[in-house]
Amino acid sequence: MKELSLHILDIVQNSIRAKASKIELRITEDIDNNQFEIQITDNGIGMDKVFLDKVTSPFVTSRKTRNVGLGISLLKQNAEQSGGFFTINSESNKGTIIKAVFEHQNIDRPILGDVAGTMTLLIGANPQIHFIYLHKKELEQFYFDTEEVKNEIDTIPIQHPDILKALKELINENLNDIKATIN
Amino acid sequence: MKVKSLADLRKIKDEVHEKIKLREQSENAEQIVQIKVAMATCGIASGAKEIMSYIIDELDYSGIDGVVTQTGCMGYCYAEPTIEVKLPGKAPVVYGFVTKGKAKEIIERYIIKGELVDGVIPVTYRTIDE
Ligand SMILES: Nc1ncnc2c1ncn2[C@@H]1O[C@H](COP(=O)(O)OP(=O)(O)OP(=O)(O)O)[C@@H](O)[C@H]1O
Ligand SMILES: [Mg+2]
Repeated sequence: MKELSLHILDIVQNSIRAKASKIELRITEDIDNNQFEIQITDNGIGMDKVFLDKVTSPFVTSRKTRNVGLGISLLKQNAEQSGGFFTINSESNKGTIIKAVFEHQNIDRPILGDVAGTMTLLIGANPQIHFIYLHKKELEQFYFDTEEVKNEIDTIPIQHPDILKALKELINENLNDIKATIN
Repeated sequence: MKVKSLADLRKIKDEVHEKIKLREQSENAEQIVQIKVAMATCGIASGAKEIMSYIIDELDYSGIDGVVTQTGCMGYCYAEPTIEVKLPGKAPVVYGFVTKGKAKEIIERYIIKGELVDGVIPVTYRTIDE
């Protein structure tokens, strides 16, 4: 994947398939420690211990259309190639936490890219899901929560194209404000 | 006006509300075009995100009432990005190797005019796995 935002889109697809009703993306940039961390937490069906232990293998999937599952192994590989690491924790009927840590300055770390586009695309296609996005850059942070948005726009559907456009702008403006590293 | 805070969002709310009221009068759930974009790893790696945003923008721009959602792996990894288009009263059709140009053609010729557009993946078996 060319951008981390595409990995995020992909990993969130797993959470959606796992019937999560709440999905949280947390990006933490720690310049001093040269770390760029992505964490995705969901409250979906989770995985049992046996499945979890083998899930980073590309030959493990619950799909019926094919017998490889690439999303997790690609992200893990990308993190490890960028001087970082990958962890996954999950519990049946509770949810899953995925963490991919990259060296911030590593030349092999893909850029974050269009994370605002990823978020609004996910919101538009899954308006019933509660999405949270927290981006921390050193002492600054931006917090985005679709429940807050829904309260604000009350009867207007969050997936309305004009609302999604506005949300994309809102996210980009705020990321710009905290000097988030997008490119 | 730049949208930067929830307060700014509140300001555009009324505008959007008016637009929705105008549309509702002509709208009927049965008349809506439904498009699903395959969003598994193979789809995303082949550019499904860009295609999905493009389709959303084009439908909006052309004033077509449509819902664009995502679906899992449709089993056509070799042909990603793939999209399924369902016109009112018709059977769903799956297109493969969808570029922006192809998407434009599908919207302008198939969705608007009802003409046949090639690139359809024949439905031998269908297992959309969600
Ligand atoms: N958040 C999650 N909750 C529950 N199960 C998960 C979650 N993420 C992954 N899994 C399980 O792990 C399997 C492997 O995931 P992975 O993303 O690597 O591949 P995939 O989703 O099966 O296929 P692909 O990503 O290639 O489209 C999934 O099929 C699913 O069974
Ligand atoms: Mg996956």
